[in-house]
Order: sequence, then structure tokens, then C-alpha cells
Amino acid sequence: MSRRTLPFLKKLVPGVRSTMITSRSVTYMPRPGDGAPRAVTLIPGDGVGPLVTGAVEQVMEAMHAPVYFEKYDIHGDMKSVPPEVIESIKKNKVCLKGGLRTPVGGGVSSLNVLLRKELDLYASLVHCFNLKGLPTRHDKVDIVVIRENTEGEYSGLEHEVVPGVVESLKVITKFCSERIAKYAFEYAYLNNRKKVTAVHKANIMKLADGLFLESCREIASKYPSIQYNEMIVDNCSMQLVSKPEQFDVMVTPNLYGNLVANTAAGIAGGTGVMPGGNVGADHAIFEQGASAGNVGNQKLVEQKTANPVALLLSSAMMLRHLQFPSFADRLETAVKRVIAEGKYRTEDLGGGSTSQEVTDAVIANLD
Amino acid sequence: MASQIVRRIARSSRSKYASLGNPSLLDRSCSQSAASNSNLIRATLFPGDGIGPEIAESVKQVFKVAEVPIEWEEHYVGKEVDPRTQSFLTWESLESVRRNKVGLKGPMATPIGKGHRSLNLTLRKELNLYANVRPCYSLPGYKTKYDDVDLITIRENTEGEYSGLEHQVVRGVVESVKIITHLASLRVAEYAFHYAKAHGRERVTAVHKANIMQKTDGLFLKCCREVAEKYPEIKYEEEVIDNCCMALVKDPSTFDVLVMPNLYGDIISDLCAGLIGGLGLTPSCNIGEGGIALAEAVHGSAPDIAGKNLANPTALLLSGVSMLHHLNLHEKADQIHDAILKTIAEGKFRTGDLGGKSTTTDFTNAICNHL
Repeated sequence: MSRRTLPFLKKLVPGVRSTMITSRSVTYMPRPGDGAPRAVTLIPGDGVGPLVTGAVEQVMEAMHAPVYFEKYDIHGDMKSVPPEVIESIKKNKVCLKGGLRTPVGGGVSSLNVLLRKELDLYASLVHCFNLKGLPTRHDKVDIVVIRENTEGEYSGLEHEVVPGVVESLKVITKFCSERIAKYAFEYAYLNNRKKVTAVHKANIMKLADGLFLESCREIASKYPSIQYNEMIVDNCSMQLVSKPEQFDVMVTPNLYGNLVANTAAGIAGGTGVMPGGNVGADHAIFEQGASAGNVGNQKLVEQKTANPVALLLSSAMMLRHLQFPSFADRLETAVKRVIAEGKYRTEDLGGGSTSQEVTDAVIANLD
Repeated sequence: MASQIVRRIARSSRSKYASLGNPSLLDRSCSQSAASNSNLIRATLFPGDGIGPEIAESVKQVFKVAEVPIEWEEHYVGKEVDPRTQSFLTWESLESVRRNKVGLKGPMATPIGKGHRSLNLTLRKELNLYANVRPCYSLPGYKTKYDDVDLITIRENTEGEYSGLEHQVVRGVVESVKIITHLASLRVAEYAFHYAKAHGRERVTAVHKANIMQKTDGLFLKCCREVAEKYPEIKYEEEVIDNCCMALVKDPSTFDVLVMPNLYGDIISDLCAGLIGGLGLTPSCNIGEGGIALAEAVHGSAPDIAGKNLANPTALLLSGVSMLHHLNLHEKADQIHDAILKTIAEGKFRTGDLGGKSTTTDFTNAICNHL
């Protein structure tokens, strides 16, 4: 069908370059039975979460993707994740999450962090890249930030020593540092990436970040074809805003990863468009890459102008993870086309459309 | 009885003023009335290493042409460890800063080796420098990708993640302790609001990660809120650090004064320096207990261009300007500031790092001509 519609479409849309419409001959060879529908746990979450997950559901429906969602309703202010949700994720192995808003200083630990620890999703990945047609101050950005997700500053071990003096423990272990370094280098190898940068503050936190760096160096020696360098986190943030093209894959402990990922997402176009996910040995949760500022934003909820692009691109990553690469390609192409055209863009990208309009545009642009 | 009450009120108001962290105002007026014969303010100057001496000369020249009433007391880093301070900085240098209450410091290269503390750490601990203030504004005429930056980062400098308390629990497991105290947080919050008020700033934003680190950053926020209530005319906001990073790179004009604990401050202040063109253009000032202000240039000592008359003195000059503001010599400060901005805006005389070909002396002379 695509071969017949291809020249027809080209006539209809004169400005579109041929590189954007991909016509594939069969390169993926599935096993018989791979087309059986897969169950995916869906957690809409708080705030804009339901809006954006709704968008994904609509698009999946339109594509007739062999995926069906098991929806669970949890909110950020719950004390813990209900066991049936954990069971479902353990069964399905893949989950798509909108966003859970953690109340600030409220005595409730973040459910996002709890989920990650419970399922041992130790790597968080955010892919920040320039999208064609989206004007940003920086171009040539193509950074993948791989962040250790379980320990570091987010151990949650705090106590009040005496009134007015509080201590918080940052824990770094060789085990966790090694596995995140392994994941980072393996990712770089599998995705043809040339350089891995370790981000740290070992000049001040000599033992903690020193241990992290040691693990990275050990693993780096096993991948001689991949360039490895180290950069202190404050210098790194400075370089990110002035010369982001020097970065390729970045591996960081927990807190720095959060900052670096959000900064990289900001320079490449905003957190509304960057895909990402959390992955562990057995499970994966896909969500908006860098989720700063979006989940609890009431205005976006009321006006229904949340940007669904990030979650749509993350669901494309999810489709590839589930081994439905052709559907993933179609989805990604459609989204990129919508962004490039520029007609339907939500507020954070400088447009005025609602989430629904963007979703409809994506569906219309599906091959 | 009435006189006792009056005396008690006077004492409490004076101590309240002192606890605001700016007794320099009080001290200055006292010392000026006392020492009316010499109007020169003594300030300590640490030229530093590498390009330090050249840029310090620049500063001295510009200040002389502008007729700034400052008398410099120069101190150099020693070649041997002074046993009284456990570092290469001598006791005399530290005493000089304590006495003069103002100083200007060039870049110091900490020699690699054991048996002594880092120079910056020594200064910070001995002089109790609790707040690091970095004004970041886009320099007109020097184009970066961001044109509308005008913000100030105030970073707590003594505790937080940089307490240096780490230990190995068992092999392969390391713990690092982050400490937040009520006293230090209150101190830096007080300074931030005082600074905002003194410089006519409208908003103070506290940057934190209290959704994850609830007790530590929660305490920091509590102190900021306490101080915010005393300054109802200044708008107070709180922002989680990842939102802040993202908003800073998307639209830095939404921020005014940022106050934060140590680690976040380090990262955010360097990020803001990156927005305006790098560390070679960023001034910085460290505030200590008792009204001590040590302005410093935060870039490195650049040993590869040392002595070649190629260094860019802008950072040290702008730090000198913030030192003058601290001394309430606002007219002179603005004069020199305008001269610097004009020179850079013109674009005729620019040093290598700004994309030009001038030497340090040419650049300095151009600034003096603009005064």
C-alpha cells in the first residue's frame, strides 16, 4: 500500500522531502506468533498524565498496534504503590507511565522513586535531540543521558541530629556504579555511539564519586573502540549551554543525572518532546524523558494543552522494546512530520494547539 | 527607667542590624567619623598565580584612573606551608583580610600534593565566608546564545554536600554526608533578601529538591520562608532544581535572585556563567561573617598564557566593581562598570577569549579612556 500512496502523497504535499516518508522493504523478520497482542500496564497518573496517556491510547488504536493497555489509577500522594500494580508490571514486563506528582516536603516519599526501587529499574535514559522544524538556540544536539536510578542522593536516608541540624546520606556502591556503567557502554555499543562522558564531582566528593569513576574506568577499558572522558558536573553544565555538540552519551549518578538530563532537554527543545524511560534487568517503564515542570502544572491540565509528543516518542521506544519495530517507525515518522510542519504545536513549543489537536494531526500523518 | 528601656531598644536594634549581615554599613560610618584624616579604604589584594598578577595590574590601573579611594595591600601565596594556617596562605594574609574587611582575589592554583588544605578551602573556613554571590548578566556587545540574562545566584558556601564527610562503610560501599543546619540556611537566606532589597530586586527564588530530600532541603526552605516573611515587598518563590535548570536554559529572564544550598549553587552558578559567556567574564563575591567581602575571579590561572599579556581582566574587574558596591561606593562602581561594558560593546578592543586580538594592556587602556 505504501508504494502506491508514496508518489500520490508526494504530489499532495509538495514541500516534503523524500527522506521524511520512509518506504521500507521488509527488513524485520518476525517469528511466527510475534504479532500476538502484548499487554502493557498503563499508569495515567496525576495532572497532565491522563491527557498524554490518552493521546498514546488513541494513536495506538489508530495504528492497530498489537498492544493493549491494562490501566491502573494511582496518584502521587498515595503512601505506596498498590500491590496489584506491581503484580501487573511484573507480569507484563513493560509499563507506560504518565507522571506522578510528588508533593513537596510533604512527608510522602516519591512514588516514582519507590516504583524504580521496587522493580530495580536501575538505568534511566533520556534522549535529547533537536527535532527538525523546532527552532532552538542550540543545534547539533544529540545527547543520551544515562542516569543511575536507585542510589546516590536519593537513598532517602535522612535524620535530624539535633533540632536545627539535619543530615542526609548519599550512598554510592560499586555494584550499582558498575552496572550503570556497563549499561551505558553497552548502549553506546549497540546504538553506534562514539563517546561516553562520565559526569561527577570527585574533586570534592573524593570517595563517593571517586568510586563511581573507578567503576566507569574499569568498564571503559573493556570497550576500547568507544571514547571515554570524565567531566566535573559544574563544568559540564557550562559546556552544555555553550557547546552541546561535544556530548554523546553521558553516564551519571542519580542527582547530577537529573540536572543534566533536564538541562539537555531544555536546550534541545524542552521536556515536552524528549522521550525516555527506566529500564532494569527484567522490567521497563517508559515515560516522558525529563519530566520537569509538567506534571503538576494546573494550567496545562485545565486548558488541555499538555504536550503529548514526549510520551508518543517514548511509546515508540516501547514498541521497539516489545519488538514491533515497524509500528515504532511509523509512529515516530508521523510525530516528526507533525513537528516539522509546525501547524499543530502546543504552547511549550511556541504554538497554540491543544493536546487533542496534536494527537489528531499525528493520527492523520500515520502512513 | 525610661532611659534603660531606650538603651535596651537601641541595643537590640543595633544587634538586629548586625545580624542582617551588613554591619559594614555601620562599621564604615563609624570608621569614617573616627578616621577623618585618611579617606582611603584599605583592601587586601591577592594577585594569585598564572595570569593573576597581570590582571591585578589592570585592576589597579583602572581604579587609579577612576580615582577610587582604595589603598591596596598586596599579599602573595607563600612557597611553604605556614604551620599556623596549614596551607600556603600566610597568617599575615588572613589577618589582613580580617582587618580590612574587603579583599580582591585573583585565580589561585592549588598545588597538587598532600599535607595542606586547598587554598580556597582555607580562605573559606578561616574567614567564615558563608555566601557566594555571582551576578550574571548578558554583556551587551558580546553575543552568546542568550541575550536577556540578568540574574544573581547566591549560594550557601560552608555546608551542604561539601562538608567533606565521607567514609567507606564496607568495601565497595561509600557514604557521603550532606549536612544542612538552621543557622547556615538562615544566614544565607538573610543575606539573599538583604541583597535583593539593597539592589532593588523584586523576586527571590529558593532552589531545592525537597520532594526527594524532604528533611534537609525542607529545612533550607523553612528558613527561607521565615526570612521571606520579614520582607513582604519582595516576592518569594520556590523552584525544584530540575525545573529550574530547564527553565534557565529555555528562558533565563524569568529568574531574578536565586538562593540555594551548596551543591545546587555550584552547578547553577556555573550554568549561569555558561549562559553569559563563561567564567572569564563572571564576577563573584564571597561574603563572610562580620561583613567581610572577598571578591574573586573564578576562572583558572591559565598557566599557558601567563606572562604573555593576553589575559582577559574582565572577570577580576567586574569582581572589583561588586566589591565597590559592597563598600557603598556606588558611583565609582557604576562608572567603572559602564566603562567596561562600553569597551566590550564597541568590540574594537577584545582579548583572545572574546574573539579579538588585543592585549591585556590595550584592553585596560581602552577602559581607562572610557572613564
